[in-house]
Amino acid sequence: MKIAFLGATRGMGRSLARLCAKRGDAVALLGRDPDALARSARDLEVLGAGAVAPVPCDLAAPTGFGPALDAAADALGGLDAVVLSAADFARPAELDADPARAVRLATLNFTHSIAFLEAARVRLLARGGGTLCVFSSVAGDRARKATGIYGSTKAGLSHYAEAVDLRDRPRGLRVVLVKPGFVRTGMTADLPVPPFAGEPEAVARRVLTAIDRGWPVVYAPPIWRVVMLVIRALPRFVMRRVEF
Amino acid sequence: MTRLAGWGGVPAVDARERVGESLAEVCRPASLTRGLGRSYGDASLPPHAGAIVASTRLGDRVLAFDRAAGVLRAEAGFRLSQLEELTRPAGWVSPVVPGTRHVTLGGMVASDIHGKNHHVAGCFGAHVRGLRLQVADGRELETGPDREPELFAATLGGMGLTGHILEVEVALLAIARPWLVIEVEPAPDLAALVARLRAASRAWPYTVAWADALSRGARLGRGIVIKGRWAEPGEAPATSPIHSRVDSRLAVPFNLPSWVLAPASVRIFDELFYRAHCWSAGRRVVHPDRFFHALDSIRDWNRLYGARGFVQHQSVLPVEAGDAHIVRYFETITRHAGASFLTVVKDCGAEGRGLLSFPRPGVSVALDLPMRGAATQALVDALNRHVIETGGRIYLAKDALTRREDFVAMEPRLAAFDAVRRAWDPERRLRSALSVRLLGDPG
Ligand SMILES: Cc1cc2nc3c(=O)[nH]c(=O)nc-3n(C[C@H](O)[C@H](O)[C@H](O)COP(=O)(O)OP(=O)(O)OC[C@H]3O[C@@H](n4cnc5c(N)ncnc54)[C@H](O)[C@@H]3O)c2cc1C
Repeated sequence: MKIAFLGATRGMGRSLARLCAKRGDAVALLGRDPDALARSARDLEVLGAGAVAPVPCDLAAPTGFGPALDAAADALGGLDAVVLSAADFARPAELDADPARAVRLATLNFTHSIAFLEAARVRLLARGGGTLCVFSSVAGDRARKATGIYGSTKAGLSHYAEAVDLRDRPRGLRVVLVKPGFVRTGMTADLPVPPFAGEPEAVARRVLTAIDRGWPVVYAPPIWRVVMLVIRALPRFVMRRVEF
Repeated sequence: MTRLAGWGGVPAVDARERVGESLAEVCRPASLTRGLGRSYGDASLPPHAGAIVASTRLGDRVLAFDRAAGVLRAEAGFRLSQLEELTRPAGWVSPVVPGTRHVTLGGMVASDIHGKNHHVAGCFGAHVRGLRLQVADGRELETGPDREPELFAATLGGMGLTGHILEVEVALLAIARPWLVIEVEPAPDLAALVARLRAASRAWPYTVAWADALSRGARLGRGIVIKGRWAEPGEAPATSPIHSRVDSRLAVPFNLPSWVLAPASVRIFDELFYRAHCWSAGRRVVHPDRFFHALDSIRDWNRLYGARGFVQHQSVLPVEAGDAHIVRYFETITRHAGASFLTVVKDCGAEGRGLLSFPRPGVSVALDLPMRGAATQALVDALNRHVIETGGRIYLAKDALTRREDFVAMEPRLAAFDAVRRAWDPERRLRSALSVRLLGDPG
C-alpha cells in the first residue's frame, strides 16, 4: 500500500505509520517539523517501510496541501490512502483565556482539516479511488461541558466524513472515520487518565484493520462504541447533571 | 500531578510527568528522566513531590540498524521488547538482557544492567558504542568510550544523575538460531547450589539459580541451576514466533486486598510460575522469552503484593570473602522470615567500566520482600551489615531502604562519581529520590 500521513510524527498517527512500515508499505510523511520528520522517516525505514518520503506540510498553511500531496504521490509512485491524524488541542481553560487560541483550534481542526481532506479526496478520485482515513473523536459524538470547541470541530469533521462516504463510495473512495476515546499520547499527557484509556499501539492496530477491511466507522478502544451509544441516548437534562 | 512509583510500588511520589515525542524538549526542565519504571525502589522517582520528571515512553524511534554489522541506534525510550521484535528475525539480539523485556534502552544504560551472561558478556554498558546526552546545563553532546570517557563511565549505572540519555547506540550479539538450549539441574542445598552455579558458568554463557530461602537447616538454599546457550543450526528452526508466546497469558487484574497475606501470595505466585514454566530437570530447546523473561508471563505480578508493595534487595558478596558468608547471609534471611519467593542467585564476572555499576566478581543474591515497615527495614539493615563486612555492594536499581551511612561504607567509588557530577552539574540540577536518600543531595 502507498499511504500518505499528515501528523504521523506523533501520537496515534505515528503508531499507525509504524505498523504500515513493519508490513512493508510505502509511506509519505507530511509534517511541519523537519527534525521530527527526519527522525520518524529513519524510524520507518529501519522498521521495514518499502519507501519513505518526508514532505514539508503544515496544517496551518492550506495552500501547501495540494502540492504536498502531489509531492507524496510523486515520491511513492501513486497513492492508495491518505490519513489525517494531525490536530490541535488545548485545555478548556486556555481557550477561555484566549479567544484567538480558540479560533486557531477551530480553524485547524475544522476548516483546514476539511481543506486537506478535500485536496486528498479529489486526488484519490482522479486515480480511481482509495481510502481516506480521518481521525475524529468521540468528543464529536455528543456535546460535553468540558470540550465544547474541540468537540464541535470533531463533530463537524465526522459529519463531513460521513457525507463523503455517502457520496463517493460508489466511485471507489472509502472513508474510514476513526473515533478514539481517551488515548495515552503526548496530546493527553497532562490530563487525568479516565477509565477505558487506550494505548496508541492498540488503537493503531484497530485502525489498520479498519483501513484494510473498509470499515466506515471505528471506535478505539472498541468499548467506546457502547459507551457513546449510552451517552448519545441520554436526554439533555441528564447531560446537564452528569460530569461526563 | 501523577502518582509515580517503581516496580515495587513503594515509595510513591506525586510528580509532574512530562511525556512527548521530542525527548530533548521533554527533558529540558526535568530533574530526572524515567523509562518504564521497572526499577524497584526510588531510582526513577523525583527528588521531592511536585518535581518534574521526563518520561521517555514516547521517545522510542529507531535511528539506525546495520543488519550486517549488528549495530543499533535508537532513542532512549526504545524498549527491549521492540528491539527483540526488530532484530531477532535478522539474527541479532541484545548482548545483555534483564529478567523483563519491558525496559527502555535509557533505563538499561542508567542501571548498567547485567544478565544471566554477566560472567562472559559483562554489563550492558560494555556494548554501548555511544550515547547522546543532555547534560544539566541543557547542552547536548555525544559520549562514548573515547568521547568524554569520564562522563560516559559515570553515566553507565549512574541512575540518571549525570544527564538525560537521549539516544543509545549498542553493538548486538549474533545468533545462529532464535531458540535456546537449556539444561536444568537441581541442587539439594546452598553449598551445592553455589558450586554447581560456578561449574556451570565455566561451560555455559547463560547461568542462573533459583533458591528457596524459606526452608531451614540442611535444606537451606536448595534450588535449581538453569543453564542456557543459543541453539546451533542443527538444533532448532531458523524462525521463532515474533510475538512472544509466553508473554502475558496470565494477568493479575488489580492489587490484591491487604488481607491476602504475603506468604499466601507467595505460594500462589510460585504455583503459577512453576506451572507456567514446568522447570523440570534435563536438557531441551525453549523459546528465548521463556528463559530470559520468564516473569513477563504473568502481567503486573507486582500487584500480588497488594497496596503496601514490596522491595527488592540485591547484593553481591565478593568471591574473596569465601562461601561461608553466603550461608550466613541466607540464615539472616530465614531468621527474619522475609518471605521472598524466587530468590535469584547469580555469579558475577569482572567489574565493568561504569563508575557505580553493580556487578563485581562474587555471588549475587536478589530477594523480593513484602513491605512490612520497620521489620523490612531491619532485615535490609541486617543484610547490608553482611554486605559491608564482606566488601560487597548493593544494586541501586533495586534498592529502596538502604541507609546513607551504609551505602557510603560499601561504596569506595563514590568520590570519583561525585567528581564527575561536580564537573558537569555543580548545582545538582539532576537529582532523584534515590540521590537524596543515598548521596545526600538536597531534597
Ligand atoms: C521483573 C524484573 C526483572 C529484572 N531483572 C533484572 C536483571 O536481571 N538484571 C538487571 O540488571 N536488572 C533487572 N531488573 C531491573 C531493570 O532491568 C532496571 O531497573 C531497568 O533499568 C529498568 O528500566 P526502565 O526503562 O523501566 O527504567 P526506570 O526504572 O524508569 O529507570 C531506572 C533508572 O534509569 C534512569 N533512566 C531511565 N531512563 C533514562 C534516560 N533516558 N536518561 C537518564 N536516565 C534514565 C532513571 O532515572 C532510573 O534511575 C529487573 C526488573 C524487573 C521488574
